Amino acid sequence: MATTYLKAITEALREEMRADERVFVMGEDVGAFGGAFKVTDGLTEEFGAARVRDTPIAEAGIFGTAVGAAIAGLRPVCEMQFSDFVACGFDQLVNVAGKMHYRLGLAVPMTVRLPTGGGFSGGPFHSQNPEAWFMHAPGLKVVAPSTPEDAKGLLISAIRDPNPVVYLEHKHLYRRVKGEVPEGAYETPFAARVAREGEDLTVIAYGAMVHTALEATTTDALDGASVEVLDLRSLVPLDEDAILAGVAKTSKVVIVDEANATCAAGAQVAALIAERAFDDLDGPVVRVATPDVPIPFSPPLEQAVLPSVDRVREACRDLLSY
Amino acid sequence: MALLNDDDRRGLLRHMLLMRAVEERGLALYKQGRVPGSFYDGRGQEAISVGATWALAGEDPVCSPLIRDLGAHLVKGTDLAQIFRHYMGRENEISRGREGNVHFGDRRRGVVGMVSMLPDMMVVAVGLAMAFQMRGERRCALSFFGDGATSRGDWHEAMNWAGLDRLPVVFVMENNQLAYSTPTERQFAVNPVERAAGYGVAAVTVDGNDVEAVFAATHDARERALAGEGSTLIEAVSMRMHGHGAHDDARYVPGELVAEWAGRDPVDRYLAALGKAGIDVDAVRAEVAETVETAVAEALTAPMPDPAEAAADVFCDGEPEPLGAGLSQWSGFALAGAAA
Repeated sequence: MATTYLKAITEALREEMRADERVFVMGEDVGAFGGAFKVTDGLTEEFGAARVRDTPIAEAGIFGTAVGAAIAGLRPVCEMQFSDFVACGFDQLVNVAGKMHYRLGLAVPMTVRLPTGGGFSGGPFHSQNPEAWFMHAPGLKVVAPSTPEDAKGLLISAIRDPNPVVYLEHKHLYRRVKGEVPEGAYETPFAARVAREGEDLTVIAYGAMVHTALEATTTDALDGASVEVLDLRSLVPLDEDAILAGVAKTSKVVIVDEANATCAAGAQVAALIAERAFDDLDGPVVRVATPDVPIPFSPPLEQAVLPSVDRVREACRDLLSY
Repeated sequence: MALLNDDDRRGLLRHMLLMRAVEERGLALYKQGRVPGSFYDGRGQEAISVGATWALAGEDPVCSPLIRDLGAHLVKGTDLAQIFRHYMGRENEISRGREGNVHFGDRRRGVVGMVSMLPDMMVVAVGLAMAFQMRGERRCALSFFGDGATSRGDWHEAMNWAGLDRLPVVFVMENNQLAYSTPTERQFAVNPVERAAGYGVAAVTVDGNDVEAVFAATHDARERALAGEGSTLIEAVSMRMHGHGAHDDARYVPGELVAEWAGRDPVDRYLAALGKAGIDVDAVRAEVAETVETAVAEALTAPMPDPAEAAADVFCDGEPEPLGAGLSQWSGFALAGAAA
């Protein structure tokens, strides 16, 4: 039976909480209420309030206490109600959690769940894609699933990882995307996957933009061109081999970020290709991303800035004819 | 029944003398160019970290000793030669040259190293206490911070969180009159001790230059915490007798204030008190001096770290090594163990 992206995340939490009593969930309204998006719905009934912990509205408190619980031997999974609020706890993640193993040899096995992304008039404080902030901070892993199967497997891998992992779950995928999800617990590697094979051009994307890329590049839409779509899945570590293989295969690359363009994940991918695959290219590296503006509220304004199917298709068409 | 016996008193004195001797020696090494960066000490505040940590069982972590709290590391049993190697940026087991000055902690001994952002580690200590409560363990976390740290939001979040769940954590606020150059009257309108009640956290003020008073307050706070009665904020009133760091001549501090506090030096006071009580303080002093020189000599032979290792270990591969346990110094633990 097809499962939603959202239910796949819930399943991952349930599997890991059943299998490992060290795993617990904490966040704002995650308890009996089940979380703002209902990701933790039903967990309190099964595991009790002590392992599904409603916290004060205190993001630094959530991350800081998670660090303490992690070094005491537990496996906390923190939820931010929206990824935007991670800014309130930034210091604890970046300065405390991320640097602790390097500085002190003390591992911090914690997971941070960040509901990200726009597309539904969330406005400037409920639509952001903050992954690049954490890519730039040593010691944090950063992953972003695009399918229900990966949503479950990447979260299980994140919980089992001995390091702090920032897990980006795209809000626009929660109920929109369904797919087959294997039963039981399984780990998805922090590595890219080919979402669709192709010969003429490679689109590199992650999260919700994988779906935008797939829709934009059907064979019919591009006059018979065959487009490969690479789903990064993990931003730290970045699967450099898969990226370089994708470039070598088609020699033309479009990189799509929903995040603001400057220093986005896609900028790092572009830099990698410039450094390591220059001779493989048959055209400029093309980027499609959100311009450097806060995400506006009104639908026509929001649609004007977020990468759309049309923008991605146009970019591919231009590059194919280069 | 008195909580402290003569072995405790000798131990408290020894660790205060050790803290002072290590820091005096470290300052000399800094001035000789052997310690890179700057050097930070806790002169005049030795009674606070030594007295408070003396009240901890081995399983009780310190999270974290701050810039004036070398005594907490020493009481927990961190190796002196490793500390000097760390100061000098040489290869060592506690920071491997990746950290300097007071930024270290021996995780094997239950000591979590500080970060520069204050009071971040207070929130982490609350998380340790949360884990202890969740697992039903009889353990208590100890966290140090200065008066200046109480101005930041993390202080509020930690106090609120600890009060909310009556967590087994003891907060020791070192009121040393200054946050770098800014006196406390420019930091807050209401003393943090008075704010504590608003969070459901008990509070007490002690003479931070009286090591036995700091011990007693921490002992009582720990007992409360283990009994499920919640957290305590201990204000230890003292004075920072040196600059913020070795680079700071602290000319902004009124001379009469320094002179007044010099007469209350915690080490001198305790030497006099124990001498009067018939304890051979000169023997303790001699042993400390010799111990420190041996550690320095050993540290000076240590190699610098291998530059090839500079980018290693950003991530942990494999199973995490958990926080360990340090020494249980207080005689009361041995007596309780014997009784049990």
